[in-house]
Amino acid sequence: MQNFRLVATDNIVKISSLKKSFDSITVLNDINLNISEGENLVVLGKSGAGKSTLIRCLIGLIKPDEGEICIFGKKMSEISYEELNELRLKMGFLFQNSALYDSMSVRQNLAFPLRRHKKEYSKDQVDLMVEDMLEHVGLKGAIDKMPAELSGGMSKRIGLARTLMLNPAIMLYDEPTGGLDTVTAKEIIQLILDLQKRKKISSLIITHDLACARMTADRIVMIKEGSIVAEGTYEELEKSKDEGICSYLEKS
Amino acid sequence: METARHNRNRTISLTRKWMTDTGDFLLFTLRYFRELIKPPFEWRETIYQCYKSGYTSLPLVGITAFIMGLVLTLQSRPSLSVFGAESLLPGMVSVSVVREIGPVITALICAGKIGSRMGAELGAMRVTEQIDAMEVSAINPYKYLVVTRVTSTTLMLPLLVVVADAISLFASFIAVNIHADVSLLQFFSQAMEKLSYKDVMPALIKSVFFGFAIGTIGCYKGFNAAGGTASVGKAANTAVIVSSLSIFIIDLITVQITDLL
Ligand SMILES: Nc1ncnc2c1ncn2[C@@H]1O[C@H](COP(=O)(O)OP(=O)(O)OP(=O)(O)O)[C@@H](O)[C@H]1O
Ligand SMILES: [Mg+2]
Repeated sequence: MQNFRLVATDNIVKISSLKKSFDSITVLNDINLNISEGENLVVLGKSGAGKSTLIRCLIGLIKPDEGEICIFGKKMSEISYEELNELRLKMGFLFQNSALYDSMSVRQNLAFPLRRHKKEYSKDQVDLMVEDMLEHVGLKGAIDKMPAELSGGMSKRIGLARTLMLNPAIMLYDEPTGGLDTVTAKEIIQLILDLQKRKKISSLIITHDLACARMTADRIVMIKEGSIVAEGTYEELEKSKDEGICSYLEKS
Repeated sequence: METARHNRNRTISLTRKWMTDTGDFLLFTLRYFRELIKPPFEWRETIYQCYKSGYTSLPLVGITAFIMGLVLTLQSRPSLSVFGAESLLPGMVSVSVVREIGPVITALICAGKIGSRMGAELGAMRVTEQIDAMEVSAINPYKYLVVTRVTSTTLMLPLLVVVADAISLFASFIAVNIHADVSLLQFFSQAMEKLSYKDVMPALIKSVFFGFAIGTIGCYKGFNAAGGTASVGKAANTAVIVSSLSIFIIDLITVQITDLL
């Protein structure tokens, strides 16, 4: 399989002793995690393990109770809203349910972030970039469709295309293959790998789909009840004798 | 004993929830002014929202205003004719329409039409993570969604009220002519004669507040919807209830203030 495990140059994301509880339930308990440049890191865990919460903390949608997140050397707890937005421009986020703007057509969905942040582009340039991007995800025919007319797999790919419009350096995927058939899932996985190879994008991929983890991961981290229980390549985890890991890998 | 304590606890927790809600709402409203003066301004979206809440409400507001003017005139006529004071009819109708009925009825209609739309629209966007999607692509959703909408209702409501007043008076003219023969010019000069600056200005100012209340409450309920699709319906529903109620409260306050003037 793809085994270009890149040499860790620098950690562009550093998470240290992250904690988050909702009311009395502790969802994240002391998470320590680094992502280095160009790396695909997969976070595995059961439903409700706190994966989405972790990724939402990373992009600043949720404030952690304790701990520090450092992205490109900037501490999330110390930056202003404007600085946070600058940081967000370098990060792409694929939502679990795509979250396309359903009052806009596919074209407008993709053009929206560009029109906001790249005001120097003319309308024709934007149109061209949108078409290029749709071509890239293989959905050029859907350009004038509304989100309600798209299937789940198409929405995922459009959502991915939308996040890529601003050329992020880090991609955060929340279950990119969740709820998709194996063929469509493979297409998405191929897109993710392609992005890593061509654009050197670092990715954090959250999933409970083992096939996806096996194919995309340079390194895998397993979360259970808000704590990291294992870390390593897929092969390393497969060989592990730990009961929790074995049961997870076999059961799915 | 048990139930008494239970009820007391329930009352305390409800009061606390109500107070935090009110505090949240005040902060939400203050944020509007902060974000409004901060450039860049969302011109295009604001104009589109003005079109959506102003222009598309015209038919409904127009029909209601027409019927109100007609009915008010027809029903007041018998009481006035007892005193032989039919000639006062245009003046009476114009004062009551411009001062009270026009603004309040228009605002209530808009609370139903615009408030529910905003609650449902933003609620759905919140629940399906579209607002989060804006946030993560470094677009300020409050500025893009809330400021534009609140500005649109605040600007459009006074305009809708003026249109509603005009239509109501025209309907009243038609109703007067069912029993008597009055020219349009005559009717309007009689109607305007009784209207003073002190009738018109407070009414317009209070429509601005009505518009602001409809916008902020609708957006607040939608923007803070939480927990699945059921909350979308709830957001729309409470947006209408709370903004209708607040229209009457604002009306009461402005009546007190204008009475003092
Ligand atoms: N806003 C919230 N308020 C209260 N509890 C929450 C909130 N968000 C998440 N939780 C709780 O946090 C826990 C973890 O949720 P999270 O969405 O992170 O799980 P997940 O690992 O992404 O699961 P899935 O694979 O099903 O998406 C759950 O028990 C959930 O009930
Ligand atoms: Mg999740």
